[in-house]
Amino acid sequence: MKICYYPGCTLKTKAKELDETARLAAKALGVDMEEIENWQCCGAVYPMGTDEIATKLSAVRALDYAKKNGGKLLTLCSACHNVIKRTNDDMKNNEDISFRANNYLKLDEPYKGETEVLHYLEMLKNVVGFDNIKKAVVNPINRKVGAYYGCLLLRPSGVMAFDNPENPTIIEDFIRAIGGTPVSYPFRNECCGAYVSLKNSELPKKKSEKVLSSAKEKGAEEVITACPLCLYNLQANGGGILPVKYFTELLAEALGVKA
Amino acid sequence: MTKEERIENIVKLSGTDVKKCMKCGKCSGRCPAFAEMDIKPHQFVSLLGQGRIDVLLESDAIWNCLSCMACVERCPRGVAPAQVVEAVRDTVVRAQGMNGIKAEDIPPIVDEFIPQQLLVSAYRKYNK
Amino acid sequence: MQRIGVFICWCGSNIAATVDVEKVAEVMKYESGVVYSANYQYMCSENGQQLIKNAIKEHNLTGIVVGSCSPRMHEATFRKTAEAAGLNPYMVEIANIREHCSWIHKDKDEATEKAIILVRTAIAKVKLNAPLHAGESPVVKRALVIGGGIAGIQAALDIADAGFEVDIVEKNATIGGRMAQIDKTFPTLDCSACILTPKMVDCAQHEKIDILSYSEVEDVKGFVGNFNVKIRRKARFVDEKKCTGCKICMDKCPSKKGLNDFNMGLNTRPAIYIPFAQAIPNVAVIDPEQCIKMKTGKCGICQKFCGAGAIDYTQKDEFIERQYGAIVVATGFKPIGLDAFNEYGYSDNKDVITSLELERLMNAAGPTNGVLLRPSDGEHPKVITFIQCVGSRDTSGCGKPYCSKICCMYTAKHAMLVREKYPDTEVHVFYIDVRTPGKNYDEFYRRAAEQYGVDYIKGMVGKVYNENGKLMVQGSNLIDNEQITIESDLVVLATAIEPEPSVRKIATLLTASIDTNNFLTESHAKLRPVESPTAGVYLAGVCQGPKDIPETVSQASACAAKVIGLLVKDKLKTNPCVATPNEMMCNGCSQCANVCAYGAITYMDKEFRLGGGKTEVRRVASVNPAVCQGCGACTVTCPSGAMDLKGFSSKQIMSEVEAICKK
Repeated sequence: MKICYYPGCTLKTKAKELDETARLAAKALGVDMEEIENWQCCGAVYPMGTDEIATKLSAVRALDYAKKNGGKLLTLCSACHNVIKRTNDDMKNNEDISFRANNYLKLDEPYKGETEVLHYLEMLKNVVGFDNIKKAVVNPINRKVGAYYGCLLLRPSGVMAFDNPENPTIIEDFIRAIGGTPVSYPFRNECCGAYVSLKNSELPKKKSEKVLSSAKEKGAEEVITACPLCLYNLQANGGGILPVKYFTELLAEALGVKA
Repeated sequence: MTKEERIENIVKLSGTDVKKCMKCGKCSGRCPAFAEMDIKPHQFVSLLGQGRIDVLLESDAIWNCLSCMACVERCPRGVAPAQVVEAVRDTVVRAQGMNGIKAEDIPPIVDEFIPQQLLVSAYRKYNK
Repeated sequence: MQRIGVFICWCGSNIAATVDVEKVAEVMKYESGVVYSANYQYMCSENGQQLIKNAIKEHNLTGIVVGSCSPRMHEATFRKTAEAAGLNPYMVEIANIREHCSWIHKDKDEATEKAIILVRTAIAKVKLNAPLHAGESPVVKRALVIGGGIAGIQAALDIADAGFEVDIVEKNATIGGRMAQIDKTFPTLDCSACILTPKMVDCAQHEKIDILSYSEVEDVKGFVGNFNVKIRRKARFVDEKKCTGCKICMDKCPSKKGLNDFNMGLNTRPAIYIPFAQAIPNVAVIDPEQCIKMKTGKCGICQKFCGAGAIDYTQKDEFIERQYGAIVVATGFKPIGLDAFNEYGYSDNKDVITSLELERLMNAAGPTNGVLLRPSDGEHPKVITFIQCVGSRDTSGCGKPYCSKICCMYTAKHAMLVREKYPDTEVHVFYIDVRTPGKNYDEFYRRAAEQYGVDYIKGMVGKVYNENGKLMVQGSNLIDNEQITIESDLVVLATAIEPEPSVRKIATLLTASIDTNNFLTESHAKLRPVESPTAGVYLAGVCQGPKDIPETVSQASACAAKVIGLLVKDKLKTNPCVATPNEMMCNGCSQCANVCAYGAITYMDKEFRLGGGKTEVRRVASVNPAVCQGCGACTVTCPSGAMDLKGFSSKQIMSEVEAICKK
């Protein structure tokens, strides 16, 4: 099956391995990720101010493109997913933002949040199915792996509707599907502090170390994430407590398609 | 702009109803950046409710809030402290010469691993 | 020709501040049929009622309209007034110019205009009113109590002591309810079982009380004084009459891994069990999901050992039907599920427990024989942190918007008991507000803080997590504007309570109103607090709203007083506003009988003269006025318009509609 895919700027540069392993794995699982045309950076952070319109337009353009090309938009980077999903919710449920954004864009037909935004993990769970992934695994990951959810996939849960915001299980189920042993630890949904790392490295250091030491204490040998920013921060500021990888790297490894 | 208009503007920009706060402090009990916030999440809600925006506009906390949404997620009354913080920060950076980060600050701190996402988001959050 | 009097009430400033009452009264003087119109500050007062009585006599009024509050409030009052002045009480109409007008409008001109229209409408109706006379129906001298917790027990005992028969229907295998699970009671700290179980025994021994345990109300028909209730007696697979409660079956049963509900799942019980030592009835029950014999056909050990021959694996649910004059609902509560509160780590950590679980851990008959040991490793907890308002006062959608009312007091009780029994234990309590109104209540809470050294922290907990085997409780200390983390061994969540979910079905069966939180609604929040708006149905305990034991017992006794007041009457006056069929129009289709919830409509064959000496026998509807409740369902169902409701005839309703539409 074909599905519209929004890679985002980081996946084209510093997080190439996230993009590449995801594409290889998807192909092996029978999913054709079709990169949408002329996508622009989503802005990397969802602007919460109620008068923010222009900052959301690139996300709306991508959503509108997907609406006309199959109705689903696949995301991979947690930040892109957060921005696009929340913007989509605005277009669907916030009359003021929706009206003004459509006024700017002058599309043939106003965009009203029709597209379904799907994170790669949701695609694995709901479209491919973890059972099918299990069947496709050739190199089971025989390691203890800690899932790091961070903030962006989960919160605000009312809009993201990704998983239980305090007790998520989707990445643990994923780890099980690829033959690994998931290690649940209490800081898997706590912020790593990455957003302020340009201005202040002390706070991200404290937070990242807390995340990784919590994972280590509960027995994890490595930590996986879907977010390039979290990965960078946990690696740069986490004191090297545990190795941190993209979840797609383990998936590609398990499926035997890693480049 | 009068002070009343500025207060009203921040209230509107935040998109949250601070009157719903029942002063339980769960937001601050959860905040992962609590130690670095000179004004705590519950105080943002309380001070905006009292119209004491000067304290907020001068706070350091607007630069340390991680926008992690933990406070929003856990508020039992559906109040969004992080949105108040963002509304105050927006108000500050939209003023002339008040950007939280300047273009010339960037090169010395950039290393080869910093993802684009971090630079873009820093610019989005702290600049206008 | 009718002679109508109009009486406009100010209701102090409630109406008069928004409606120009003098103008309304003045305008009404010129309405056709109106011979008298007046306004007065409080029409319901003695002077106001006297004004009405005098006017009826002086002006020979044939009907009156009172423009005042809702008829729910004072229709009965003004009907009595009219009757005292010699007017048929059903010649009174109320125009609701308060709830429907003054309270919901701001603009005085608009409100006045609307009030005029509403009063005109009532005039249009009263012109078509005819005097009605109430009939009588007999009262069945027996009460049903649904729920056998302390509320149901108290209500049943009080009613039975007055000499009336009472049945308690309890869905569990024993009566006792939540109070039986509680260790000690506030504010006196006396043992819950010690004060409850004698009452349970009283119920069992009372000649007027019949306990139908392990039973549920299946269907309810009828009305006040004459309820007909179908009760399901669930199969307990043990003959209640033969079982002696010797418990040998419990010892011998090889399937011992069922979760013990009575101990909140903190330990296990056999497939055949008596819920707890003082259960009433002291009779075993088999859990068919767990019983090896019932699942596989092989076992039967309990049957072999039962000296009384009480075991019967083939038992089926049975149904009985009984008649009652009054029904008390006392279905109680349960703690809410904590799935939406994973920040407190309840699902991940055995040592994060609810308050009701702590009750069992502290109880001598509980899983630890009353020694406080934490569930994970059986160690003594040295630091215990309590978190209040877990799921209460929560409008985010995760919890309940209301205050559960009992948690502040029981948490203070728990904290005190722990410090009393284990003085080396450190106890912290996170609170938002401490709410302890009531006699000796605030003193009780302060004693916990002042004499027992319980550390009360104003603030809410944001996260509970496990680190190196310790429970880290991270929360706000708002007084000091700090975020603190308390390394704890046991965390107790003062979990919100909600009505027992089965109350929804019961409310539907009884047509009793229920609010958005599933609490049953009382007839009047202040003046009729134990009566449901459905006549003959009374409310006791938490099914009506969160409350503690003393309040529950008071409410149960109040219910009993109401029930006794009803049951001492031999006959009740019936509502004369009943349905009547126009036999000439009735085509015998039976649709009205099908929709009648009270079984008031039957059909009969009747001979009609057709003229020219011919007759015809037709099947026509007939209404039993003693059974009809005047709900009107049949009148709107009848396809030929043959069914009409006295006092609310189609003609009257249409004249009201015309009066509203007329400019």
